[in-house]
Amino acid sequence: MAKLKTLADLTQKRQGILSKRAEKRYVAINSSGTCGLSSGSDKVFQALGEEIGKQGLSGQVEVRATGCLGFCENSPIVMIFPESICYTKVKPEDVPEIVDQTLVGGKLVERLLYQGENGKRIAREGDIPFYKHQSRIVFGNNRLIDPKSIEDYIALGGYSALAKALVEMSPEGVLDTVKKANLRGRGGGGFPAGTKWETTRNAPGKTKYVIVNADEGDPGAYMDRSLLEGNPHSVLEGLIIGAYAIGAHEGYVYVRQEYPLAVENLTIALNQARQYGLLGRNILGSGFSFEVTIHRGAGAFVSGESSALMNAIEGRVGEPRPKYIRTAVSGVREKPSNLNNVETWANVPLIIDRGADWFTGIGTKGSKGTKIFSLVGKVNNTGLVEVPMGMTLRRIIYDIGGGIKQGKKFKAVQTGGPSGGVLPESLLDLPVDFDQLAEAGSMMGSGGMIVMDEDSCMVDVARYFLDFLSGESCGKCVPCREGIRQMLRILNRICEGEGKSGDIGLLEELSAVVRDSSLCALGQTAPNPVLSTIKYFREEYIAHIEQKRCPAGVCKALVSYYIVPDKCQACQICARECPVSAISGGKNLVHVIDQGKCTKCGTCIEVCPSKFDAVVKLSGKPVPAAPPPGTEVTRSRGKKR
Amino acid sequence: MSKRLSKIDQIIDKHHADKSELIQILLEIQQENHWLTRSVLDRVSQKLEVPLSQIYHISTFYKAFSLTPRGRHSVSVCLGTACHVRGAPRLLDKVTVALKIRPGETSADRKFTLITVNCLGCCAMGPVLVVNGEYYSNPSPTEIKQAIAACK
Repeated sequence: MAKLKTLADLTQKRQGILSKRAEKRYVAINSSGTCGLSSGSDKVFQALGEEIGKQGLSGQVEVRATGCLGFCENSPIVMIFPESICYTKVKPEDVPEIVDQTLVGGKLVERLLYQGENGKRIAREGDIPFYKHQSRIVFGNNRLIDPKSIEDYIALGGYSALAKALVEMSPEGVLDTVKKANLRGRGGGGFPAGTKWETTRNAPGKTKYVIVNADEGDPGAYMDRSLLEGNPHSVLEGLIIGAYAIGAHEGYVYVRQEYPLAVENLTIALNQARQYGLLGRNILGSGFSFEVTIHRGAGAFVSGESSALMNAIEGRVGEPRPKYIRTAVSGVREKPSNLNNVETWANVPLIIDRGADWFTGIGTKGSKGTKIFSLVGKVNNTGLVEVPMGMTLRRIIYDIGGGIKQGKKFKAVQTGGPSGGVLPESLLDLPVDFDQLAEAGSMMGSGGMIVMDEDSCMVDVARYFLDFLSGESCGKCVPCREGIRQMLRILNRICEGEGKSGDIGLLEELSAVVRDSSLCALGQTAPNPVLSTIKYFREEYIAHIEQKRCPAGVCKALVSYYIVPDKCQACQICARECPVSAISGGKNLVHVIDQGKCTKCGTCIEVCPSKFDAVVKLSGKPVPAAPPPGTEVTRSRGKKR
Repeated sequence: MSKRLSKIDQIIDKHHADKSELIQILLEIQQENHWLTRSVLDRVSQKLEVPLSQIYHISTFYKAFSLTPRGRHSVSVCLGTACHVRGAPRLLDKVTVALKIRPGETSADRKFTLITVNCLGCCAMGPVLVVNGEYYSNPSPTEIKQAIAACK
């Protein structure tokens, strides 16, 4: 591949790719993303290739291994273009039928179509409610791109924003556009990216760095992984444009080691960009040179904090430092360093390409553009969703997410990861943007949105986050290290039924100290999950502390499992599956759980056939006495065995 | 020079014995040997001219590193928030019973190491179990047994 030396070369290249493709239709399968792979999409990809070859269609149909398509729970997903037919949960054995019926015969395979409400089958991707209500401007190209192919990206107009910036705009012009667009950081804080860029640009010193933060440590968020895996060039293009505006010639991408596929796809993307002359010396003949290095993390949540991340890039321990001088002025090797999150960088080419006015036309007053959320937990359609800023929680959870699983009752939604908080039902109509979420006691964070139903215990959720944070606190400053640990001890006590009156007040007091005196954002925001659960679900804390009852039936020490003698049909499944052999009873005999042996793993309630429903979970009341040994079962509906 | 150390030297040379590549070098050694031995860390310290104390600081700080031997097969249970609300603790209990080791432990025959991770980014598929790089979405007790039995 000869290097592209001018803007005209790039345009010509794109036209060349497009002319070759005009006649071809293509099939996308999400086998280049981790969630797709975990559902076996690689096998479907292989089967598609083989079957298309067998039917002699290789010349007319291209199979494209794409990254995450967002609708992860319905993986493997096969989309057929240009019709954009969407098949869900496809197995390798379905492939011959798809090729035969749809690609050759032009007919739909009904049983593989997504089934909407009322059992109606929906053929087109854009008609599925999950996709219909989204605005996928950043994430949408995933379905059109094989992330391992730079040609796919160029065909969609990729790198034209970079060309525009380098050829037609001055660095100041680029900076002004990003400032005018009011792009705010998608990693958590929501700090205006343009202002940050300007600080680094104006900071003294010749050497400057630009960095992509792909540490994505928030449990429950995975949009950065999906973007890096599925569309690495968009992030890279944004980074190069940023480097040009700031005046940096070296960049880093910090990726957590839990994302091996993201590292793989990004490495390929960097090499391709170098081959095409879009990275390296004298990019597109503009005289601007830029190089990028990938730095893998090694498993530490706190290393996603900017100063910690920069320490890690230098090969030192990824611990934060006090930021009297910001990293934008003194970061990597004490040089001005601009750090932005993956999603922020991916927005940059769009803003340069379409202009600041287009971008500010989307979103709310203070928060422009779209945001990708990972809508997960107890919601029907889990996956990645991209919506304009300002859409209400209710629309995201019900219109896009399809409501709560198994018709259960919504209890809360947790946003912002361990630094965020939970929001109750009364706030479902809250428009989601940076400022509104912060006002409600939570935060945008990187965009995790974990939906919880009546079976989720709010005290346990707070305990879960503090347990996470106490493990991830680097221990450098006392308020965070000791404060979180003490708060966790109190929460553990409450969950174990040892709560004391006054615990809630003590938690609030400790929260204030940890928040006000910790060194970095990890500690400063650590109390949020506790404070927000106390604020909105105080009665659950009181039930745990005063009545020793867990209303959701989650806290193990406060629940017992019991087999209702009248309902037990002696099918013996629970006795067989119980991992600690705590269930006794034989053929025709009522089964009994030995409360002393029971580890409360919940297997019995899971395996008891729903038509019997004999196992119940009790909390806050004593377990009824077991029937005498040898009691025979009462057969339901007169059935005899 | 032992064979093991010459492999370590190769890794270090690949990174030009650059101090700022220390974490990357340790990651590759961890992947190669499954743990970091004292002799290996001495070697890294010597060749990179970084004090051993700093190398220990790093290798105890990050979760990816292990200063004790790990098993041939790695079994991880994701405890991320989405997995947690969908029953990851119960999945962990089941895996613990099936492997007869607790999280963080390695079986006596060094066959398995059970670890918990904070988020693998497969949140829509939770709760997630990973055995030797293969992802399992909400596996049943039978699937867990099969996944473990497939490890030789």
